[in-house]
Amino acid sequence: MIEAIEVRKQFSGREIIHGVSALFESGKTNLIIGKSGSGKTVLLKTLVGLYGADSGDILYHGRSLKSLSQQQRHSLRQEIGMLFQGSALIDSLTVEENVMFPLDMFTDMSHDERRRRARACLDRVNIQSEAYKLFSSEISGGMQKRVAIARAIALKPRYLFCDEPNSGLDPLTASVIDRLIFDITKEFNITTIINTHDMNSVMSIGEHIIYIDSGNKEWEGSRETILEADVATLKEFLSPLSNALSHKA
Amino acid sequence: MVRSFFFHLGRYVLFLRQMFRRPEKWSIFGRRIVVEIEKLGVDSLGIVVVISLFVGAVITIQTATNLENPFIPRYSVGTASRESILLEFSSTIVCLILAGKIGSNISSEIGTMRITEQIDALEIMGVNSVGYLVSPKVIAMIVSVPILVIFSMFIGIVGGWMSGGYTGLVPSDDYIHGIQVAFRPYYVTYSLVKSTLFAFVISTVASYWGFYVKGGALEVGRASTKTVVTSSIVILIINLLITQIWLN
Ligand SMILES: Nc1ncnc2c1ncn2[C@@H]1O[C@H](COP(=O)(O)OP(=O)(O)O)[C@@H](O)[C@H]1O
Ligand SMILES: [Mg+2]
Repeated sequence: MIEAIEVRKQFSGREIIHGVSALFESGKTNLIIGKSGSGKTVLLKTLVGLYGADSGDILYHGRSLKSLSQQQRHSLRQEIGMLFQGSALIDSLTVEENVMFPLDMFTDMSHDERRRRARACLDRVNIQSEAYKLFSSEISGGMQKRVAIARAIALKPRYLFCDEPNSGLDPLTASVIDRLIFDITKEFNITTIINTHDMNSVMSIGEHIIYIDSGNKEWEGSRETILEADVATLKEFLSPLSNALSHKA
Repeated sequence: MVRSFFFHLGRYVLFLRQMFRRPEKWSIFGRRIVVEIEKLGVDSLGIVVVISLFVGAVITIQTATNLENPFIPRYSVGTASRESILLEFSSTIVCLILAGKIGSNISSEIGTMRITEQIDALEIMGVNSVGYLVSPKVIAMIVSVPILVIFSMFIGIVGGWMSGGYTGLVPSDDYIHGIQVAFRPYYVTYSLVKSTLFAFVISTVASYWGFYVKGGALEVGRASTKTVVTSSIVILIINLLITQIWLN
């Protein structure tokens, strides 16, 4: 469970996130939605601690991010998995080495154990052994995303952050990735927070949704209630979806 | 201009401090150093050899033409060439060339990792990204560059010997006698100390510019340019200071 309390973030005097509060529960896929440039990435990176919040607080199961020591913050980070917009695999390492990397760094497992664990994670995201020795530049975008998920879950995280996990993917691959994140969240009871502007994601895995516009939280709910939302900009944001639905009806 | 100078200087110092944190795993750290020595040091050997051979040859020909005087013995061409190569060429000029080759390589590699969020990914895993990415490069450079400089001295002198003999300006025996006359070993020490400093400057300045890239491919290119310009200027200034202090 992660709780954001009145989080504010500015860059050189320009405030991007204007006091956002929200509760993200464990074992649920929590979505942050909003149009491009609305501040989703900045909010996510602030929640995860890559950017320090200017005010407010972020609680990880009650542990306040700002009052943690350097040491405690380091160990908290080992409970966090993150999936970046561009996968962010280390490009000098192979697929397998990428997934083994956090294990190499933070566990005392033997080489064999680490490899077994990495392969189990790769197996979980359906990466076959032919790809183990390839570099990230040699595999497709969808595969990169899956390898990045495998890396993110290698240390069995309690928290998973995903920044636009299916941007740049075809709809079919995108829904595979969504499903994978959803299943893993349930399987390991992870607190998962996902940035997206993809309507399909909203409707398929939007168990809990917060909608932000220009750095303000404008609405909160779930996929069941979102079409009834009474927020003008959200309605506009959803209009492609509503149009498609009314066409069908 | 002045403000931006102090801004970068301050951030550079803070950046350096992160380099000295204890690595997560010594074994991984050691392996990273070996990889970087290969990538930065061994892979630069070729260019150092070629440049040293040619410049050594040119220095000798120029010195010989300048010293064309019956009262100056032929062998002194060998001595003068040796001094130029040992004191200046093999440390400063070679390091300026390495600032171009290795500096731009380091800053574009780290810059690309920054804009593709690989550095964020390291940080989020709890890895000290500066310690993991930068420190092995700095150590690799401090180890490799003095060795490259010694190579360059040797090859440069050989280049001079070859051109002197080939053009007939300096007969082989004179040259070989000349390079042994009044040899001061501390000139070599002086060059090696200089080049160790230069190695530190090149690797840290390049890493610094790469690490703080914001934006896209264009900014990565810009960081490479800044690296070459900044590290060249710093090398020249350090060179002047050290020469003043040491050789005066
Ligand atoms: N590091 C930064 N420095 C300054 N401004 C930034 C930075 N990152 C993002 N911004 C600004 O914050 C706003 C929100 O960006 P972002 O969170 O990336 O949007 P989204 O992810 O919703 O598309 C944009 O106007 C962007 O220019
Ligand atoms: Mg974004």
